Amino acid sequence: MSVWIIAEHKAGIITDGTLEAISAGRLISALTGGKLSAAILGNNLDALADMLSGTGINDIYLLDSPLLSQYTSDAYIAGIEPLIKLHKPFLILMPSTCLGRDLAPKLAARLKTAYLSDVNSIEMTGSEIFFSRPVYGSRLVSTLTCSGERPWIVTIRPRAFEKTEAAQKKAKTENQPVHISPSSLRTVIKGFEQTQKGAGLTEADIIISGGRGMKDAENFKMLGRLAKILGGVVGASGAAVDAGWMPHSAQVGQTGKVVSPKLYIACGISGAPQHLAGMSTSKCIVAINKDPDAPIFKIADYGIVGDLFEVVPMLIEQLKK
Amino acid sequence: MNILALIKQVPDTSISLKINAGGADIEYRDILWVINPYDEYAVEEALHIKERHGGSVTVVSMGPDRTADIIRSSLAMGADEGVHVKDAIFNGSDAYSTALILSKAAALLGFDIILCGKQAVDDGWGQVGPALAEILNIPSVSSILKLEISEDKKIAAATREVDEGLEMVEVSLPALFTVQQGINKPRYASLPGIMKAKKKEIRILDAGALGISPNEIGREASRVELRKLSYPPERKKGKILQGDSKTATGELVNLLRNEAKVI
Ligand SMILES: Cc1cc2nc3c(=O)[nH]c(=O)nc-3n(C[C@H](O)[C@H](O)[C@H](O)COP(=O)(O)OP(=O)(O)OC[C@H]3O[C@@H](n4cnc5c(N)ncnc54)[C@H](O)[C@@H]3O)c2cc1C
Ligand SMILES: Nc1ncnc2c1ncn2[C@@H]1O[C@H](COP(=O)(O)O)[C@@H](O)[C@H]1O
Repeated sequence: MSVWIIAEHKAGIITDGTLEAISAGRLISALTGGKLSAAILGNNLDALADMLSGTGINDIYLLDSPLLSQYTSDAYIAGIEPLIKLHKPFLILMPSTCLGRDLAPKLAARLKTAYLSDVNSIEMTGSEIFFSRPVYGSRLVSTLTCSGERPWIVTIRPRAFEKTEAAQKKAKTENQPVHISPSSLRTVIKGFEQTQKGAGLTEADIIISGGRGMKDAENFKMLGRLAKILGGVVGASGAAVDAGWMPHSAQVGQTGKVVSPKLYIACGISGAPQHLAGMSTSKCIVAINKDPDAPIFKIADYGIVGDLFEVVPMLIEQLKK
Repeated sequence: MNILALIKQVPDTSISLKINAGGADIEYRDILWVINPYDEYAVEEALHIKERHGGSVTVVSMGPDRTADIIRSSLAMGADEGVHVKDAIFNGSDAYSTALILSKAAALLGFDIILCGKQAVDDGWGQVGPALAEILNIPSVSSILKLEISEDKKIAAATREVDEGLEMVEVSLPALFTVQQGINKPRYASLPGIMKAKKKEIRILDAGALGISPNEIGREASRVELRKLSYPPERKKGKILQGDSKTATGELVNLLRNEAKVI
């Protein structure tokens, strides 16, 4: 009944999403009494193994190969499939990031086993594990069970679990042989363009979003200043993105990013259902809007009814104090 | 170029939904059905590829009778053929079984390129596209924002969204792509397009035509079972901060620091 984590890492660091998935894994191991293992795929992994060692994991399997230095689903699946077949974990967890949401469904299809994406809570009743996840654009929550062949593969929604706490015990690390034939790799990576630092919106602690009320692209600089003071990042509503004021990657909502920061400040955003779909699980929501009847106030913890061009600069000033 | 666009019908994204008496499904009365927003981008991209490289666009959707509506609206946008995958025994299929059924349809229809949405906004799995590629044993690229096909129509260059930015990849065709918002702006159907679509026959493919046996699909074969739907926990009632901007923002900073403790 072992639980596995497929660890994600970026620029030589284990990602927060992975540390959250480990928390979920520790929770399940505690309930089932099974072992918790992690697999790291990549090239030159020793430092990463050290980082994972004190996080409550029993075994770490290293799949170290130059062919794994960049993620492609073909290489990752070729690398990990034999190991999974050998150890037969019953559950594999990974963060619900671009990588996880590409790899996990393909791996599950390859193994013909159950797949659940974007899980944000896990409970056990008797011997059954119940997984919950938002559906219909966060308008409802579904609770599901899995059956059939194992491992079941689950991606964990960013920020749904706290990052794992340090554990006393150190993990046992094992290097695994990797047999990947270069000719089996069907996707060729041609380039990469970094547009933001870290995972950006999805993993941000604080998000300042602007909507149609911002009036133009230039005014988003003001939100940038507020974000800088608070250590946050700037997001946008669908209307602001459609107007060309912000890039698509900044859109929060049904067809944009789903975020769950500690603090979400919505400036000049009315709170359409498609916007709420992306941010309604934020811990603390602040709305700044001149219309007292704007639906965003229904879900806001704190609201200021007023002109954002007056309120936001004043807020910046107050925070500097 | 034989291009397939896979489309799903979902409840309108702006209405509130009710849970039915059984507790594990929504109440289907009074629902307005629409094409999954991401799938509209898939149809647009398919038409775009056809306009540049020739070929034909076939939209494929699995679902009950009402699904014909989104097939027809895609035909009105300019798709050449519409295929409705429909059989009572398909009911209750999970995403993997759906991919399995659609893989048989794709194999029957033939394809050089398959386009799917990044995810369906009802169940939000994001599984059908990648699983379908795996079943068909073709490469796939997720969450693409740009697609270019080489002159000889053998290679596709795609730009896909990754967490910190954009990744440029190449694959040989046939291949599957899931499209992300931002890739294009779906066109509106023209009046002649709408008239033409009305007359078009939609091809129906059932389990018999696809050679699928009941034990492979449907509720029984599902690896994932929906046990319960619930409403998200209600947020506690918020505070509207009174006074002029100075007073209200001062109070806000105080509350964020000392009550919510988020800054
Ligand atoms: C299929 C589909 C998918 C969609 N996906 C998304 C999505 O992912 N994300 C998303 O956000 N939207 C999405 N939308 C669009 C969504 O329905 C709304 O149109 C959009 O969220 C509105 O953006 P907004 O709140 O910025 O603009 P509006 O609704 O126009 O609201 C602007 C607000 O700004 C306020 N305002 C104006 N001036 C000021 C001022 N000076 N000071 C203070 N307040 C001011 C106004 O009172 C108003 O409440 C989608 C729509 C569809 C149909
Ligand atoms: N019933 C269906 N018929 C046709 N295509 C579908 C169906 N279900 C899902 N898809 C396709 O798969 C994508 C992802 O769906 P999902 O895995 O349910 O999130 C959708 O955007 C569609 O392109």
